[in-house]
Amino acid sequence: MSAILADSGVTFSGVGKYLTTGSNWWGIDGLLVHIRDHVIYAAIIVLAAALIALPVGLIVGHTGRGVVAVVGVANALRAVPTLGLIVLLYVWLAPKIPVNHGNVLFLHRGGVPTFIAVVIVLILLAVPPILTNTYAGIQAVDPAVRDAARGMGMRGSQVLRRVELPCALPLIISGLRNATLQVIATLTVAAYVPGLGGLGRYIADGAEQAPAQGDPPMLSAAILVALLAVVVDGLLNLVQRLVVSPGVSGRYSSKHTSQPGVTTAPLVEAQLTVA
Amino acid sequence: MGGFWHYLFNHPGEEVWSWTKTTLWLGALPVVIGLLIALPIGWLAHRYRWTYPPIVSVAGIIYTIPSLVLFLVLPGILGTGILDPVNVAVALTIYTVALLVRVVSDGLSAVSPETMAAATAMGFSGWQRLVKVQLPLAVPVIGAGLRVAAVSNVSLISVASVVGVTQLGQLFKDSLLQVTLARQVDPAVLGILLFFVIAFAFDLVILLAIRLLTPWQRAVRS
Repeated sequence: MSAILADSGVTFSGVGKYLTTGSNWWGIDGLLVHIRDHVIYAAIIVLAAALIALPVGLIVGHTGRGVVAVVGVANALRAVPTLGLIVLLYVWLAPKIPVNHGNVLFLHRGGVPTFIAVVIVLILLAVPPILTNTYAGIQAVDPAVRDAARGMGMRGSQVLRRVELPCALPLIISGLRNATLQVIATLTVAAYVPGLGGLGRYIADGAEQAPAQGDPPMLSAAILVALLAVVVDGLLNLVQRLVVSPGVSGRYSSKHTSQPGVTTAPLVEAQLTVA
Repeated sequence: MGGFWHYLFNHPGEEVWSWTKTTLWLGALPVVIGLLIALPIGWLAHRYRWTYPPIVSVAGIIYTIPSLVLFLVLPGILGTGILDPVNVAVALTIYTVALLVRVVSDGLSAVSPETMAAATAMGFSGWQRLVKVQLPLAVPVIGAGLRVAAVSNVSLISVASVVGVTQLGQLFKDSLLQVTLARQVDPAVLGILLFFVIAFAFDLVILLAIRLLTPWQRAVRS
């Protein structure tokens, strides 16, 4: 037992040593380049997923049509073994797109089929949280607020844009945050297929070379992924605070409403928007 | 497509079967243990409201840890080997607990005060009320959370292949390593199908359990 504990102690001190060695960070194959790739991939995927999920979610939430289909699709997608789908798509695409030039921008040699497979599958992974949160956020808007907006002469699109969207924004952004976290985490796993950069490269390569030891680069990358997730989530939290109206988030001075929260705050917000 | 049968029958079928068994227990055990751990913690967060915010935010933070990271870091903490399936089981248990504590607490809190008062008036003690009234009424909410946990756990299991723990995710590795390009997709297709079937089966079992535990819901509906 003590031998095992000593062993793991060695592993973790190896991580500290690895992360404090400057040469591991710089250079064409350094940690910084891999972190950059990781962030670029995640940004592309989440943006693409948002472009699909936000409009659909807004329309489904506003009209109330297609809710059953959305819930069904979202639940089915949750059961998809992401890794398997990436492998399947990659194996299927690789012989069809044999692009094999050197490193271009953030893509590695022969990385085009991998990149396409990973992006498609991770978009499938990122769409459900954004989609369900968007329509649920719109649907959760107090019907009285919606009626009030209509009573003030707003058209359907105006109600959606100026009342429902601002009220649903906290939930929508939390959906985006969930999607981003999942994408950052799963990109690590996606490096299992060859040709993808990002921090997962260290883990997949490390597992192949020295699976029994859990070598320092592997563990270091794992810890950096977790840190990256925390930092990005913190930044998005900041964005949420800046973007969401204080009337909706409940930070609007409480003397205006006896009970700041979802039920009364949107009323205040609707009035403010119209004024 | 359909060639995965070809793969299954030309490949050591016993191997696939043993991977299936590993996947099944890796999917089932963490959900059961996770529920058993989440029940008292969730109750705590419900009973003593001041513990709710810290418990829920810690659970939220835990849920943001990427699964692969947990698979890699746990051996160092538990003193297990990196290929030990126990790491996967423990990691999935941690996720299940993180997901369920909030659900359990919210489910218990959602029972109406009138019902609780009625139970008290009928002479139920605190514990009896919890076990015989509050918990059964919270079953639909807790069950819904359990379904999400079970299904997402199953799809997380395949991730363990990356660090080398053998289970059905091995089929995806086979797909990558197959040399004959013509049939290369077969193992991956078989793997995806089996993972789907297992996730669906777990979902069905929990759904059935919820139905059995809440006979009154059917009585009202019909």
